[in-house]
Amino acid sequence: MSLTLTAMSNSAGTGGQQEWSGPGQTPGPSRGPYISVITNRTTNLLIRGAMLFSVGVFLSLVLNLLQVQRNVTLFPPDVISSIFSSAWWVPPCCGTASAGIGLLYPFIDRRLGEPHKFKREWSSVMRCVAVFVGINHASAKVDFANNVQLSLTLAALSIGLWWTFDRSRSGFGLGVSIALLATLATQVLVYNGVFQYTSPDFLYIRSWLPCIFFAGVITMGNIGRQLALYEYKFIQEKTHQD
Amino acid sequence: MTLRERLREKISAAFYRHGLLCASYPVPIILFTSASILTCCYPLLRLPLPGTGPVEFTTGGRDYSVPSHEPQGDLGERPDWYRGPPVAYIQQVLVKAAVSPWDSSLVPVDVFRSPLSRAFSLLEEIRNHVHSDGSGVRSLESLCLQVTDLFPGLRRMQSVLPEHGCLLVSPGNYWQNQQELFDSDPDLLKTIQKHEPKGLSTSATLRDLLFGVPGKYTGVSHYNRKRVVTYTITIVLSTYDARFLGSLRSRLKQLHPSANCSLRDDHMVHVHFKEEIGIAELIPLVTTYIILFAYIYFSTRKIDMVKSKWGLALAAVVTVLSSLLMSVGLCTLFGLTPTLNGGEIFPYLVVVIGLENVLVLTKSVVSTPVDLEVKLRIAQGLSNESWSIMKNMATELCIILIGYFTLVPAIQEFCLFAVVGLVSDFFLQMFFFTTVLSIDIRRMELADLNRRLPAEAGLPPPKPGPLRPREAPPPPRPSPHTITLQTPAFRNLRLPKRLRVVYFLARTRLAQRIIMVGTVIWIGILVYTDPAGIRTYLAAQVSEQSPLGDPGGGALPPHLGGAPVFRGVDPTSTLSIHPAPDPTPLPDNHSQGHHDGAGRAGPLPQPPPPAVPQITWGPEDQEGWRRLSFRHWPSLFSYYNITLAKRYISILPVIPVTVHLSPQEAIETRHPQDTRHPPPSIPKVSADLQTDLTLYKVAALGLAAGVLLVLLLFCLYRVLCPRNYGQNGVSHGRRRRGELPCDDYGYSPPVSEISPLLLRGHSMDIECLASDGMLLASCCLAGQIRVWDAQTGDCLTVIPHQGLKRSSSSSGFWDQRDGWDGVGGASEFECLGSDPPLSDGLSEEDGFPLRRRSAPSRPTLFTDQPDLTPLIDTNFASQPPSHLCTPPPSHLCTPPRDGFDFGGLVERAYIEHEPPSPSTYPSASSSPPSGVPLQRRLSGGDASASLTPERGSAAGTQATADWESSVWALELRGNLIAAGRSSGKLELWDAVEGSLRCVNEDGGSGITALAFLNNR
Repeated sequence: MSLTLTAMSNSAGTGGQQEWSGPGQTPGPSRGPYISVITNRTTNLLIRGAMLFSVGVFLSLVLNLLQVQRNVTLFPPDVISSIFSSAWWVPPCCGTASAGIGLLYPFIDRRLGEPHKFKREWSSVMRCVAVFVGINHASAKVDFANNVQLSLTLAALSIGLWWTFDRSRSGFGLGVSIALLATLATQVLVYNGVFQYTSPDFLYIRSWLPCIFFAGVITMGNIGRQLALYEYKFIQEKTHQD
Repeated sequence: MTLRERLREKISAAFYRHGLLCASYPVPIILFTSASILTCCYPLLRLPLPGTGPVEFTTGGRDYSVPSHEPQGDLGERPDWYRGPPVAYIQQVLVKAAVSPWDSSLVPVDVFRSPLSRAFSLLEEIRNHVHSDGSGVRSLESLCLQVTDLFPGLRRMQSVLPEHGCLLVSPGNYWQNQQELFDSDPDLLKTIQKHEPKGLSTSATLRDLLFGVPGKYTGVSHYNRKRVVTYTITIVLSTYDARFLGSLRSRLKQLHPSANCSLRDDHMVHVHFKEEIGIAELIPLVTTYIILFAYIYFSTRKIDMVKSKWGLALAAVVTVLSSLLMSVGLCTLFGLTPTLNGGEIFPYLVVVIGLENVLVLTKSVVSTPVDLEVKLRIAQGLSNESWSIMKNMATELCIILIGYFTLVPAIQEFCLFAVVGLVSDFFLQMFFFTTVLSIDIRRMELADLNRRLPAEAGLPPPKPGPLRPREAPPPPRPSPHTITLQTPAFRNLRLPKRLRVVYFLARTRLAQRIIMVGTVIWIGILVYTDPAGIRTYLAAQVSEQSPLGDPGGGALPPHLGGAPVFRGVDPTSTLSIHPAPDPTPLPDNHSQGHHDGAGRAGPLPQPPPPAVPQITWGPEDQEGWRRLSFRHWPSLFSYYNITLAKRYISILPVIPVTVHLSPQEAIETRHPQDTRHPPPSIPKVSADLQTDLTLYKVAALGLAAGVLLVLLLFCLYRVLCPRNYGQNGVSHGRRRRGELPCDDYGYSPPVSEISPLLLRGHSMDIECLASDGMLLASCCLAGQIRVWDAQTGDCLTVIPHQGLKRSSSSSGFWDQRDGWDGVGGASEFECLGSDPPLSDGLSEEDGFPLRRRSAPSRPTLFTDQPDLTPLIDTNFASQPPSHLCTPPPSHLCTPPRDGFDFGGLVERAYIEHEPPSPSTYPSASSSPPSGVPLQRRLSGGDASASLTPERGSAAGTQATADWESSVWALELRGNLIAAGRSSGKLELWDAVEGSLRCVNEDGGSGITALAFLNNR
């Protein structure tokens, strides 16, 4: 659950956050002392991680609100009255997971030696985030006849998200594996009674959870790649200049 | 040729023709498109406005029966929510009580203490009322709405609101409905105030809930001049029993008859509440909108190479928005009523439809050859992208159609909207956006043309004929004192990050926009949730479903509702004094006088309060609940975790109760402490103040918030921009000028944060400067000419003094010179100057004779120039600590003692873009205002002699260079440096190689000014 939320929060939060970070992040190839800080690999990694983390936290809060509203998840009652409407550990978990995913995607891209070139621009990232929030919205608000229908619809939507914004095999594989892992983790959490779902239909959780996880991973990866693009550009231009 | 290719060609040809059409007739097409948009949006007028305000429906009270669940087609009047039983029936008992006749021995507390105490007996009466007839015995217990626990978050209200029993609220709840507690309460107002929330609140407060009338009208205060206390006992019933209520009504009326009461009691008002948008729903909504705006922003940012980016971005957004409106309108036209929350699905619809096509179109059109005609460009651009546009659209339609077959109603509706939206978006793109694009491109071409023409006209003809008059203005060139640095093209990439953030903020006016948007949102929220009932009023106007327009009732703003207070107070005094000739100004005068009296307070004789408080029943009492916030009932029910969203309640006609108390009763119910309260000294002022206090409070709070905001922004500014912002950045510690005049990678700050660049190497005072932007030639008194790279500060060439060079061409001599020049080269002039040197200079006089010998000619020349400074110092705090600069009066700087060569220190300060005009240029004496004068008094010679350098053929050096000649004028053009000497000699040097190109010695007197004329 937390992982899904993380992923979700990650992707959604990036939208709001990156809008501002985008213009600030376009320093180009300059090698001034200030810029060199950004060009610095570790610092860049840290900045990106922090950004992704905050995006994840934000999205987790927002999307959790959607779920709590519909009483999909139940947290211990005292916490509900708090404004964050979920347990304290959910947002940090989501943030961490989103940071991890967002950094992992570009890393794997680089390892495979095929930088992701498909629709690499902020507007497409925003679109991706919006669709992701929409998927969450649908999962929480639309009344489906039964759970199978809901899950199938969400699965189709998630695959559509991947096809529209990613279309890379590595992205798909990573998304599926992370989503499975996250689902497993959620099962364990629910099994141990950390929290519960109001109407579990797939062992202890909701069957649409993997789809949401998958969409979240794709979205977070999209954001992470877009952020990593700046570093990539730096390096490229640097080598150009040298 | 496959089918696909044929299809592709056909589509491309069709788009081409379409593009031609659009570009040819822009105005008719735009008119046509606008007309079709408006037509399609017309059905939207019939849709109710979205809102959260409650909707009312009135039925007769006598023949009321619970509406059935099944919709009945024939009752057109009935709104569709009026089905099934309501959540609750609200029966209010409106109590107006007064102590009459008013006695002067009574204290202000008596105004409300005894009337409030009557609530308890009334409560008893209501609780114990039993109606029995043939069908059985009914009491309140059996009919009322039984509530259980309060909502868990409201523990503090536990003592006040009833739990586990009938939902029956009255002011008595403050004292747990126990008369004893009330009687022993020393300060009633304090008890009431105790439960009020701190700060301002717009929704229902506990006081409103318990009193059932807005706090202003209760009359429970020390300053109640009318001395009538109003409150209600609110009974919430779960089932409607006309007979029980009728008997209760008659019983209460019989106990407390209201003489002049003519309230209608024959109709019920059903109030339907829409779904509330809570903060929990608002946050995701706002998030989606933020994402939507980010998407639009990042999309439209890509529009480039057009005349007006904003215009096109606006057109793109208009395209998407109106296509959505058209889709909703069309769907409504064909009978589909939208059930989805429009505000929620709207962002997703926009994202699904997308701005991509518009951007692709723009890009494609822009990338067509510029020299084509506009029509052809548009047509070509369209046809280039036709295939991809069609393909994308087909894909999206397919996806949406798949979504349509999920058979989930909400998704189906969404998909329907999306499909219609996509099609209408395509239509608008083709007709509206393409046309706008063609207009824009035409404008751009016109603008280009306009820009080119005057520019060409302003330039002198490129190849001037030989007969060109000499007075022709020289081509624009920098004057000697204003050095224009060509800003590097990649300048903006080199800005420090901090500055870039600031610039970004400044450029986009982010702060102002955020504040503006915040204000708009805030106002919107206020309007949306306003407690004053404006929305209710509007809703009553707009929707036909509420015929209860309620002319004189509580929908009026509160200040009008307060009018009876004045009427009751001073009808005798004011009205009789002013026999109003005109009815309209009367109320103004009336209230004016009233307020004036309040302001002056003391001297004006106040009208005596009426001896007998009158209890009047007006039409506004009939539906007193209207004066409450429309959140009143939802919040009351929400305390018990009952939601009114999408449900309705029925409000029964009020039961009026009039209570007259005698002064004896009032005195009897007094608490011993009541009399100890001193009567307020100036009650009237306080009363008026109290009503206005909220206003003042709000104003003061707003002011304080504004001041705080300004302070905060100021602090932010200070944090972001260090104190020496705008000066050079010594504090950064990153650019140490001593070793590194400029960053080695050529960091060149832009004009706005210019910092002086030190060019070091001259051993003497700088005589002349010349620059062409990239190169800077300078000449010092020693006759040495140096050529610098103006961007980096590197010294490119050194052209030594001719005489010196000839006599000893070894570089060792120069090194030697540099060595001692550093010690005191500059101080020499201080000693010679009219102003005695400061302390530092004195210590170095030892070296003076030696220098004098080595350069014998100079002193004679410059004795009359006390102003010349060795350092052209502009007092920017940029100097390394070794440069201890004594400030004016004499503009003299003590030479540095550490012996490095600072002799010819050049410091450029602000670059001044003086317009080079032929008249001011030749005299080199115009000094930049901010810098220290680089002034040179002409000892002789014609000040305005302008010589045209002529290229001599003799490349050899003229060996007759004299010691006395120094460079008086310097000019730089391309690779050539022209130096005019005091002896009248004109030299042309190669700036890069440092070699003498030619010499002209025609002039008899010194050359003071030079000008290149047009590359001859």
